[in-house]
Amino acid sequence: MIEVHNIQKRFGEQLVLKGISTTFSPGKCNMIIGKSGAGKTVFLNCLVGLVTPEEGEILLDDRNIVPMSQKEKSVIRKEMGMLFQKNALFDSMNIEENVMFPLDMFTNKSLEEKKERVNFCLERVNLVNVNKKYPSEISGGMMKRVALARAMVLNPKYLFCDEPNSGLDPKTSIIIDELIKEITEEYKITTVINTHDMNSVIGIGDKIIYFYEGEKNWEGTNKEVLNTDNENLNDFIFASKFLKEIRNLNKK
Amino acid sequence: MFVLSFLEGVGKYLFMLRSTISKPEKVSMYWRETVRQMYDIGVGSFGIIAIVSVFIGGVTAVQFGYKFIELAFIPMWWLGAIVRDTMILELAPTITALLLAGKIGSNIATELGTMRITEQIDAMDIMGVNTTSFLVGPKIVGGVLIVPALVMVAMLLGTYGGMIAGEMGGFYTDQEYLYGLQDDFRPLYIRVMFVKSIVFPFLITSISCYKGFYVKGGALQLGKASTEAVVISSIAVVIANFLIAFIML
Repeated sequence: MIEVHNIQKRFGEQLVLKGISTTFSPGKCNMIIGKSGAGKTVFLNCLVGLVTPEEGEILLDDRNIVPMSQKEKSVIRKEMGMLFQKNALFDSMNIEENVMFPLDMFTNKSLEEKKERVNFCLERVNLVNVNKKYPSEISGGMMKRVALARAMVLNPKYLFCDEPNSGLDPKTSIIIDELIKEITEEYKITTVINTHDMNSVIGIGDKIIYFYEGEKNWEGTNKEVLNTDNENLNDFIFASKFLKEIRNLNKK
Repeated sequence: MFVLSFLEGVGKYLFMLRSTISKPEKVSMYWRETVRQMYDIGVGSFGIIAIVSVFIGGVTAVQFGYKFIELAFIPMWWLGAIVRDTMILELAPTITALLLAGKIGSNIATELGTMRITEQIDAMDIMGVNTTSFLVGPKIVGGVLIVPALVMVAMLLGTYGGMIAGEMGGFYTDQEYLYGLQDDFRPLYIRVMFVKSIVFPFLITSISCYKGFYVKGGALQLGKASTEAVVISSIAVVIANFLIAFIML
């Protein structure tokens, strides 16, 4: 479980996070939505400890990471997996080496055990026969899956995803969403996802938080998000003409 | 303003160096990375350093030989000693370092800069890897371990190049050249060469790592960082070259 209490972050004069408080439960997909510049990425970076807020607490299973030193954070980060917007695969390594990297670095397993775990994770994300390929030789969707396999290889307690569907076609996006959902539920991971993709929000979002100008403007479930009275949120969700027309049709 | 940003840069550079000194998460991974760096720097640069050294030694012999013929009263076997000393003291370590600054300096800055821009460094951070230690440390250690060997090779090939060029130009026989090589040999010069061949790669790798590791922005900034890595490490090499000579000789 992740608990966030009143965090504030400032860059120069600009307050980008204005007292955010919320909780994220294990086994659930928690979605952060909001316009570009609303503070979502800064918030996610605070959760993983890349950015330190000036005020507030972030408790990962009762361990406050805000005052922790880099060394202490390094220990706790071994329980985290992260899926980056640009995948962040190491392009000097092949797929197998990419997924094996955390095992190489933090475990004393034999090569056979490591390979077994890597193959299990790759199969879990429906990838076979790609072990010896390099990131530049596979598609965007496959890269996302490799990144997901790498994120889960050490059995993380927390999974953070920064716009996991960016640059993917709608069908591949759904596949990635479903994988994240399955893995989250299967391993009881606390998953936090930053996204703009409303299909993902409706499809897998157990809890949705809407950020508006650095504030938590709305919180609810995927059942509630389409029927809210919150004007800012409605502007965000029904930004496209297509969705507006669907909403109008539904109203009629 | 310039002074402030210079001081900030120096502070950040020293901080980076300090944070590379930490207990490795796994020694075998760090060693593997160090060996990879040694291979990349050593084997990757051997060819160019070998070619340049032979010709630098040759041109030194030819140019001094031309002057000695004019002066007439200086024995030609002195050329052996002159090529030897210039290769040991100056040309082998400095030319090797300047070549490496151009070749591996931009390489390191681009590699780390690309990793920074494409969030690969952030990914390692989130895994709990000490990224300065893992990405910067092996590059510095690898450079410091392998470059003295390259400088030795450069010195030997340059001296050999001097022998071939002198013989081809008819300045001396190989016996005369070998006699000159053994005349007034000072072990201190070898010590100076080794000090240079340790200090120079340290400067080149650490400055290039600094430039690449902290790059912000996109392709434009990456290109700038790569160029700055080469320029600043070359300047650092020539300044260090002067200081080492000044202090040790």
